[in-house]
Amino acid sequence: MDATTEQLHGHRSLQHHFENMEQQREAGTLGMWVFLVTEIMFFGGMFLAYTLYRSAYPQAFASASNHLDITLGALNTGVLIFSSFTMAMAVYFTQTGKPRPQVICLVLTLLLGLTFLGIKAVEYHDKYNDHLIPGRLIPGRPFGPEVAQEGDHDPHKLHLLPGATVRQVELFYWIYFAMTGMHALHMIIGAGLLTFLLIFSLKGRFDPEYHSPVEVIGLYWHFVDIIWIFLFPLLYLLGRHLEHV
Amino acid sequence: MSEHIVSVRVYVTIFLLLLLGTGLTVAAAFVEFPGKLNTVVALTIAVTKATFVVLYFMHLRYSSRLVWVIVASALFWMAILFALTFSDYLTRGWISVGY
Repeated sequence: MDATTEQLHGHRSLQHHFENMEQQREAGTLGMWVFLVTEIMFFGGMFLAYTLYRSAYPQAFASASNHLDITLGALNTGVLIFSSFTMAMAVYFTQTGKPRPQVICLVLTLLLGLTFLGIKAVEYHDKYNDHLIPGRLIPGRPFGPEVAQEGDHDPHKLHLLPGATVRQVELFYWIYFAMTGMHALHMIIGAGLLTFLLIFSLKGRFDPEYHSPVEVIGLYWHFVDIIWIFLFPLLYLLGRHLEHV
Repeated sequence: MSEHIVSVRVYVTIFLLLLLGTGLTVAAAFVEFPGKLNTVVALTIAVTKATFVVLYFMHLRYSSRLVWVIVASALFWMAILFALTFSDYLTRGWISVGY
């Protein structure tokens, strides 16, 4: 099809209620941003809870934060940033009409996303071993970390800073599991969406004219990355300097 | 069909800046800053990283004004959520009501 017939009959992916491909793409992007605003408000409530209880129990939050594995947290931040980069590149290769690198980038993004979830699972398991799953979420294994005494450097024990109590640390872990758990759920949904993109990419459904699904799922993926960009320093890093004074 | 395509160079630059930001925020966490400056430093780096992601990876810089308004509305409602909540919680000890 030359440009004129294309304009007359439209692209095969153009829905009848849109004037042209550009309008369709703009509407899709706008709709995704509106959805992301609701997501920001959803996570916003949890960030508010975090800020509130952290300001109430700063010593306990710092103590609990120091127990988290900073290496795994930082590694996961890098993994997620890398996956955001490959996602952005997948959008780029779709826009420029290069199907092969596009598919490779989508596969890389998916693998990096799964790597993130794997590392997260290792961290959750560590918390399980140290009896740090809050409340009675795990039947028969209530929250009950061993508290380290002065001079005891066992990393599996809870090291309380002056003024912190175990109950306050438990509150931190409620917030930790709620926030990272919801984030992980978003990652799992994102991995599902990427699988869908991959199947349709292999079928050759996307081209420079029509790539809204890649663009829009990309927006979602980057949003989930941004949530982690805030979660990492707020959960993992807040008490480190207090340990080393 | 005027869609801006962000160049590979920009994507790579942003990617490297984000990694740098992650390194900086980890390093800064181990340094003792006066007062509550540690939190300020961590959040400044996080906001900067998020801004890079939104502007370039999410193409906001090249998006229509309507998208800008939508994004601004998210920040606006978040500001209300935090400002009104903390205008209560942070001011509770300010006056003694006698009970």
